[in-house]
Amino acid sequence: MEASEGKSKKQGASRLCCLCNQRRPVLKRPKTLQQICKECFYEVFEEEIHQVIVKNHLFKSGERVAIGASGGKDSTVLAYVLSELNRRHSYGLDLFLLSIDEGITGYRDDSLETVKRNELQYGLPLQILSYKDLYGWTMDDIVKMIGLKNNCTFCGVFRRQALDRGAALLKVDKLVTGHNADDIAETVLLNILRGDIARLSRCTSITTGEDGPIPRCKPFKYTYEKEIVIYPSLLNHFLVLSLTSIVFFFHTYAYFKKLDYFSTECIYSPNAYRGFAREFIKDLERLRPRAILDIIKSGEDFRIATTTKMPEQGTCERCGYISSQKWCKACVLLDGLNRGLPKMGIGRARGGVNGDHQKETKKPASAARSLESKQCGSLDF
Amino acid sequence: MACNSSGCESGGCYGREKDNGCKVVDVKETVRLCVKCKSNEPMTFGDGGSDDGRFCAECFRSNVYGKFRLAVTSHAMITPSDNVLVAFSGGSSSRVALQFVHELQVKALKNYEASRDRSLPVFGVGVAFVDESAAYPSLSGGMSDAIAWVRSTVLSLSPPEKDLHVVPIESVFGSDSVEARDRLVKLLDSVSDETGKEDLLLHLKMLSLQKVASENGYNRLVVGSCTSRLASHVLTATVKGRGYSLSADIQHVDARWKVPIVLPLRDCVWQEITRLCHLDGLKTVELARHPQSGINDLVSSFVALLQEENPSRECTIVRTAAKLTPFYFNKIPETDDSCVPMATQRRLKKFNLKYDGSMTTEAFCPICNGPLNGSDSSEDESDALYDACCSSCRFQILPQEPSSLDHFGSLLPHHMISQVKHHQKFDSQTYLREKIKDCLLLDDEEAV
Repeated sequence: MEASEGKSKKQGASRLCCLCNQRRPVLKRPKTLQQICKECFYEVFEEEIHQVIVKNHLFKSGERVAIGASGGKDSTVLAYVLSELNRRHSYGLDLFLLSIDEGITGYRDDSLETVKRNELQYGLPLQILSYKDLYGWTMDDIVKMIGLKNNCTFCGVFRRQALDRGAALLKVDKLVTGHNADDIAETVLLNILRGDIARLSRCTSITTGEDGPIPRCKPFKYTYEKEIVIYPSLLNHFLVLSLTSIVFFFHTYAYFKKLDYFSTECIYSPNAYRGFAREFIKDLERLRPRAILDIIKSGEDFRIATTTKMPEQGTCERCGYISSQKWCKACVLLDGLNRGLPKMGIGRARGGVNGDHQKETKKPASAARSLESKQCGSLDF
Repeated sequence: MACNSSGCESGGCYGREKDNGCKVVDVKETVRLCVKCKSNEPMTFGDGGSDDGRFCAECFRSNVYGKFRLAVTSHAMITPSDNVLVAFSGGSSSRVALQFVHELQVKALKNYEASRDRSLPVFGVGVAFVDESAAYPSLSGGMSDAIAWVRSTVLSLSPPEKDLHVVPIESVFGSDSVEARDRLVKLLDSVSDETGKEDLLLHLKMLSLQKVASENGYNRLVVGSCTSRLASHVLTATVKGRGYSLSADIQHVDARWKVPIVLPLRDCVWQEITRLCHLDGLKTVELARHPQSGINDLVSSFVALLQEENPSRECTIVRTAAKLTPFYFNKIPETDDSCVPMATQRRLKKFNLKYDGSMTTEAFCPICNGPLNGSDSSEDESDALYDACCSSCRFQILPQEPSSLDHFGSLLPHHMISQVKHHQKFDSQTYLREKIKDCLLLDDEEAV
């Protein structure tokens, strides 16, 4: 396969787009290495996502759907493509943008500006929730306390809950996130490396949490990150939409131009373990582009006994959120932060709230006293 | 243990509580003793690995040998009536496997000679060395020396005597060496993907081992794969879309083949093996290792990187993969037990260590012998070989142009092609219910 592609490269100028055979090709498609023109790229990009939505029955007509919008390339393109497909194929969906402010100076500020612009552009209502409002701590505060080693755990746990709470506030039926093929492939690898068989069985599902409060799905499951980066940079009608979009266009184009695949990295991320897997996948993609989809396929095909899949679902005693333990993870982490024991909730549970009931019954009063912030359950829904 | 701060559990000191004057005195600092037997001085290998300087030589050795023996007995890998062929590459892992199997055999012989009724016979051991120089011409220079070394090594491991079989990899094509070599080269040249080429050679290597084993009356094939090798395999399989068949490859027993494969060193890590070779003075020969390129090489480097960051990563990877559901053939098959001693038969039945060999519910890819997942089946039944293969082999081994498939099929060894015809028959019978709409019934063959 690669040999024939190499040949066509040399004949560059005389070749035509592989798909339409009419226009000049402008790029080599990352997923398939096909040489295609701009129009065909949009078409095939959008059509593939439409097929994923249809084949996997992701939506029902009339549903209220919240798009988890971080302001990064994935969620911006997701917002655009979803609203476009909703219109084009008449999905009949009620779309919203939902954004979370983790309180990371210099990173999230720019992203949120993008999200606000998206609201203007696509006329999608926007809701912003901050960690400060929800938990009483910003990520900057947390990092000041715990350093750079386990901060991603905190952010991830809090963000997941924040999205669910926001979705509940807006009374939406479904949450949509911009997780792409690279993300899912990374997660499969990480779960193998960490020994988490239960998560391994769930992480390739396109829809998760169907039996929970808000199901969430990932329409970009088979979409390559590289293609998501390319897509807006080619799009001219972003310019046509509104003046504010010019700023957006350059904003995204700048990311693309940098040619650094990971220019949207969170400033705290260099120490995250996920970096190992990410580098590996980047190298793998260079050797064999379809390997990303192959990892996802392997993840789907793993023979995992159904008994290992779901831990029992209950509710958190402290805040009422969904949890498989006595306290939900966010409450455990918050408790640790507020008591100045930042390691609580990190690593395997030995003692602590969920492991040792007796310790907690000894001093319930002081636990309440030491809580400086609002409890997670302060938002009614 | 000497901590006097109240409420402090040993090993559970938090940072703050330590500042309250908790003193932990390490008694062992002055006199270092083996942590297991607490009587001998611990060995230091100085190789920068973990667990250095914890065990004495004897405890270390018995630890590794113990893992080997546990694997053998708990999976009925080698029983008294067996004839075992050890695949020997000259590397550390297979050298240790050979050594341990030899020691097991020596012990069995001692017991046999000491027993009055001579009820338990001693299992036979042979050694097979695959000569890959036809595939990797760079190896041919040192090959004759390597073979001579292998021969002398095997000779030194007697009594009991062991036959040595030097197997050229092209022997899968037949006995005419010139024609076979030629065919091998043609086959390899028609595979354009580097990783596919490497993997195809691995499959051919296994076929050649199977061939020599069954032709010489062996009923077990011992392969020296260790935890580290399996960890790389887990990742390469994942990355190639072979998630379904992965659990078949990493168990202790793999009875898909005519001669079941056993992995007695599965629970030992590379570090233990190299240390043991060093300790016991076991010599190895590293043939100018054909450079791995492509995906296999990338994964090896990745695993090495992970090991640096956390020395127990390989074990975690294999442990995760071990949680996947194995297949029915990952146990020793039930065969005609007339020559197996009663005691052994009883034991095997008691621990459910065998399965009924006549039960086959899986179809296998003719090239890699991986069990096929339902999702692997192709939409159009255009080419028998294409349909029969798994999606991974279709991509990396089979030629991309449909017109070249026939020619490619003619280059494959007979054993692989015969599987294709078998698959076709199997397919129409067993998968009928699932593919009832798409399946074209070509003709009404024997109804089951």
